[in-house]
Amino acid sequence: MNSGQKRDAAIVGIHEYPSRDVEGRFSPLQIKAESAAMALADAGLSARDVDAIYDAGDGGGMAGLGISEYLGLKPNVIDTTMVGGSSYEFHAAHAKRAIASGKAKVALLTYGSTAHSNAFAIGVGGHGGGAGMPGPAENMERFCGMTLVSNYAMVAHRHMHEYGTTSEQLAEISVATRLHAMRNPEAVEAMRALEFMDIRETSIQDVVSSRIIADPLHLLECCMISDGGGAVVIAAPEVARDCAKPPVWVLGGGEATKYPENGGDITTSAAAQSGPLAFGEAGVSPDEIDIAMIYDSFSITVLTLLEDLGFCKKGEGGSWVEGGRLRFDRPSEGPALNTDGGGLSSNHPGMRGIFLLIEATRQLRGESCSQVEGASLAVAHGNGGMLGSRHCAGTVVLGRD
Amino acid sequence: MAEPTRPLPKAQEHDTGAFWEATKNHELRYQRCDDCEAIVFYPRRHCTSCLGSRLTWHTSKGEGTLYTYSVVRQSYHPFFRARAPYAVAWIDLDEGPRILSNIVGIEDPTKELSIGQRLRVEWEDHEELAVPLFRPI
Ligand SMILES: [Zn+2]
Repeated sequence: MNSGQKRDAAIVGIHEYPSRDVEGRFSPLQIKAESAAMALADAGLSARDVDAIYDAGDGGGMAGLGISEYLGLKPNVIDTTMVGGSSYEFHAAHAKRAIASGKAKVALLTYGSTAHSNAFAIGVGGHGGGAGMPGPAENMERFCGMTLVSNYAMVAHRHMHEYGTTSEQLAEISVATRLHAMRNPEAVEAMRALEFMDIRETSIQDVVSSRIIADPLHLLECCMISDGGGAVVIAAPEVARDCAKPPVWVLGGGEATKYPENGGDITTSAAAQSGPLAFGEAGVSPDEIDIAMIYDSFSITVLTLLEDLGFCKKGEGGSWVEGGRLRFDRPSEGPALNTDGGGLSSNHPGMRGIFLLIEATRQLRGESCSQVEGASLAVAHGNGGMLGSRHCAGTVVLGRD
Repeated sequence: MAEPTRPLPKAQEHDTGAFWEATKNHELRYQRCDDCEAIVFYPRRHCTSCLGSRLTWHTSKGEGTLYTYSVVRQSYHPFFRARAPYAVAWIDLDEGPRILSNIVGIEDPTKELSIGQRLRVEWEDHEELAVPLFRPI
């Protein structure tokens, strides 16, 4: 580690809720609470130690308040940043700040979702139409039936047009994450619970011959919709030193927004702004990173984010990912991607940013199912909102002692 | 049972209502800032470049270039499900605004579209407003 790095706060406890299909038997709030208990136990801490709560409002009711009452906490710091799937990277960076300033010693982040169960209950798979007055952007856009997948697909099309990126190159991302998923028993069980047709390692040919959902994106380039949740505990150095597991330091954070602009570049995401901020604070460069936990809602999300975070130049992502470079067993070729199986093949309940922190922590502790030998630096990058229109970016750089 | 209908904008929406009002007359309008000349779109009460409030409405000639698109093969919305495959696109109007719309007037959107191609607005009339769709020129 560089001597200039500030070890203000560390991830000391993690838990990933194992079930991806709770069959409507548990609520998001219950998943949050169970995950909180498990993550605190993982850290060797108790609920009484928690003095800061980070909550994206996924439990319903007023964000931050509902979860405090439900858990019986009386936190001194209540942060309710809600930026979709990137919320948890924002939370981790904010927790580092709050702890560094002396406002808190133990921060708790929780997530719970029953997106899969809900979709079955309402029978449509998302996208309800609100009856109230739409916002101005929505009022300009909703008439044309842009689905979630087509929003991202429009980034892929433009990327292909400008840089010659191919579907085969994008498929590398799906193939690497599936390889990692097949090594993760919880991911394999998830694919079973969600009734995936074919639970096995995939080839590039498998991906590009799966059916197209929205041109040019194929089924195997799209994430699953699961239930799930998790929790992360972040603590001050004096607490972290006495915790059950070795600390995983939050070395740097960056955040940014991106939205449609007249004449703008759809192939560049908010990560181009948040990445340098996080790497800069951490005093780390992308080529030092062992583990890249990158929000994989779709293949194109990862390709775009890898470029924007500086792993390769803009437009060169397609050739950069070729040849299996992102696999966990090619550490000499650069970082391993989403070693838990990612949103594509393990867990995507809607806002999967917390799993990026969790798997990065497993890697830096040496606990991953696809462990990279000697992994010491990781980046977790969350993309919240939609890549092809408006989204937030949260980048966090993590390191072990 | 009533046919499923296209989800329509609300002409009462505070920022964009005037845009939709003008579509009745098949006018595709956008704003330009009197102070800094920035193009403002979607419409707002303020300039997104200088936050000034002196904006003037202009009418686009309705022609532009396909910036990017996707062909939706699968939608859960009853109106759109019946129309799949259909093309959703970001279009750069010649005057500067980038607008999201559908491409119509082609047999097979999976084969006949290409980024950079020229497009012209085509209005779909509804009771209280018209929706701007685009067709290859
Ligand atoms: Zn201005």
